[in-house]
Amino acid sequence: MADTSRPEPHRHGRKGPILRRSSRLRRRLAVASRVLAAIGGGYALSALAATVMAIHLPTSRVEAAVAGMLASFVIYTGAVVWVFAARSAWRAWLGLLAPGVLLGGLLLLHLHAGSAT
Amino acid sequence: MKEGFRQSMSWLHTYSGLLVGWVLFMVFAAGTASYFKDEISFWMRPELHLADLHAPPQAEVAERAFAALQQRGAQGQRWFVTLPTEREPGVRASWMRAAVPRGQPEAAPEPGVSRRGRFDSALLDATTGRPLQASRDTRGGEFFYRLHFDLHYMPPLWARWIIGFCAMFMLVAIVSGVVTHRRIFADFFTFRPGKGQRSWLDAHNAVAVLALPYHLMITYTGLVTLMLMYMPWGPQLTYKGDTSAFLAEVFPANGPRDPKPSGISVPMVPVGPLVTQATSRWGGAPVGRITVNNPNDAAATIVLSRQEGHDMSSTQPAMTFSGATGRLISEVGEEPGAATATRSVLYGLHIGRFGDPLLRALFFLSGLAGCVMVATGLLLWAVKERNKYSKAAARGLGAGWALRLVDGLNVGTIAGLPIAMAAFFWGNRLLPLQLHERAQAEIHLFFAAWALAAIAALARPTRRMWLAQLGIAAFLFGAIPLLNALTTDTHLGATLPAGLWRVAGFDLVCLAMGAAFAYSAWWLARKDGRPMVRKQPAHATGLLADVKGAR
Repeated sequence: MADTSRPEPHRHGRKGPILRRSSRLRRRLAVASRVLAAIGGGYALSALAATVMAIHLPTSRVEAAVAGMLASFVIYTGAVVWVFAARSAWRAWLGLLAPGVLLGGLLLLHLHAGSAT
Repeated sequence: MKEGFRQSMSWLHTYSGLLVGWVLFMVFAAGTASYFKDEISFWMRPELHLADLHAPPQAEVAERAFAALQQRGAQGQRWFVTLPTEREPGVRASWMRAAVPRGQPEAAPEPGVSRRGRFDSALLDATTGRPLQASRDTRGGEFFYRLHFDLHYMPPLWARWIIGFCAMFMLVAIVSGVVTHRRIFADFFTFRPGKGQRSWLDAHNAVAVLALPYHLMITYTGLVTLMLMYMPWGPQLTYKGDTSAFLAEVFPANGPRDPKPSGISVPMVPVGPLVTQATSRWGGAPVGRITVNNPNDAAATIVLSRQEGHDMSSTQPAMTFSGATGRLISEVGEEPGAATATRSVLYGLHIGRFGDPLLRALFFLSGLAGCVMVATGLLLWAVKERNKYSKAAARGLGAGWALRLVDGLNVGTIAGLPIAMAAFFWGNRLLPLQLHERAQAEIHLFFAAWALAAIAALARPTRRMWLAQLGIAAFLFGAIPLLNALTTDTHLGATLPAGLWRVAGFDLVCLAMGAAFAYSAWWLARKDGRPMVRKQPAHATGLLADVKGAR
């Protein structure tokens, strides 16, 4: 980033700095997207996991709820690590979305079964 | 982030630690002090130092506390009594005030009674049952305990979200830090002093690894203490939004959260025999806390729970009696479910009340290591950034605003917070005893001192400022035994021969803190005169290069 003050070589013509700026913007957007995925997406995933554990763990109601809550912070941490370890911001989101859809399905199943009875 | 896994983890470690590092430093420092909050409170009430601390039998003390509560909170919905312990010789009694009709002003609390929300509480003399008025008005160590998760000058709910957010960052920083330092245990045995950035990195690694299980435990368990607030979704769904039903199952000893009174007034049975009954049931273990729901009502319940300190759990066995008849209604044993037991132990680990003084001292030292870990991490970032700028400066570029800001916040927090803590203790001894809202004045003094240090640091974040603030912190802490000697009769000269370790210990720890700050100031001054930025060997710039270079 400190290199912006350096004059661009002439052979790049007028396009050079613009291209440079757009790629820098792109990188910043990618980082912002990851931050959002880590904080917001990570929370959503861990909250979803805690809820599904509270519903489906084969133990008493209070035990399942507490186990889900205890596990959620570990899942949150894992999700954040995944988001920043993924090769691209897209893959980071995808990695959250896949288990999210699975857990969401389990949650919906329960809600549906609850409303049917 | 196209680089390898460890590089991206290094980036994550740097920024998750840096962005909230100053808040974390405060949480660690105030939380570490909280291990000895009873001792701090005791030191801050010098009037009690020589009081007869011999507590009468628990049954008698409980009777007296109930008599005091009948005078003050007979109409209240709930009472809590915490019986004296070795660390806190007074009886802590608190009661919910009866609701005042709308529009009517509430009476001010009597002297010695403090007010928080709908609850009044007082520390009672175990032998007389009267509020310990003789002691000065102070929040004592309780201030640091609240500060480390409730902050101050803001609603506790916001504060807890902020602290939880920062604690999550800490957890991520610890995990990514471990991943980054693959040679973590080899690094632990490596310390290369006097080598600038590399030494800071070594120091950071050493304190981080030394107490790594503690850091990981304390951060995770901190989140667990407030997990119902942060992660309410499971019980929200399975209990259909009925939080009190959930809490009643997690804490069966407390009974229903909001027990309904019958409306029929019935006098309560004496509490003394109940205390004796519970103690013999628990094989002689003392009663810790007594909760009364709907006192003086036909539906009154008296819950006695065992004193903490027999196991690591924060949830203790309890017996519930009918207040009207004295009949045993229910008993909660020592066999809770796996998850709830785990939660109780995690909570118990966080507050560390189970330990004997030696174990608590180890927790205290680990907490200090946590402070040093956060501080060296913050300093390391500034040192690295300065090295980068020293190269940029060679090309005629100035240092960035970010570095200036970090430098300012570092001085204002790492040196400024200790100044504020010491100022709090000085205020305790020097503020006039009859001052209006004296306890609050001590707290305002804490924040005024911190604000002053932080503003000065942000205005001039220089090496000279480091020296000045470290020097002030060294003086303020180091002179506390002297201050205590000038303002009380229970100074080291008296407390050491008498073996009054609760008071002497505080003075000695302050002396040690003062010495530590003096040493860091001396160390910094010795380096004064050398250029601020030393030329680094090329392979030692940047954490990544360093990790590679260490292979």
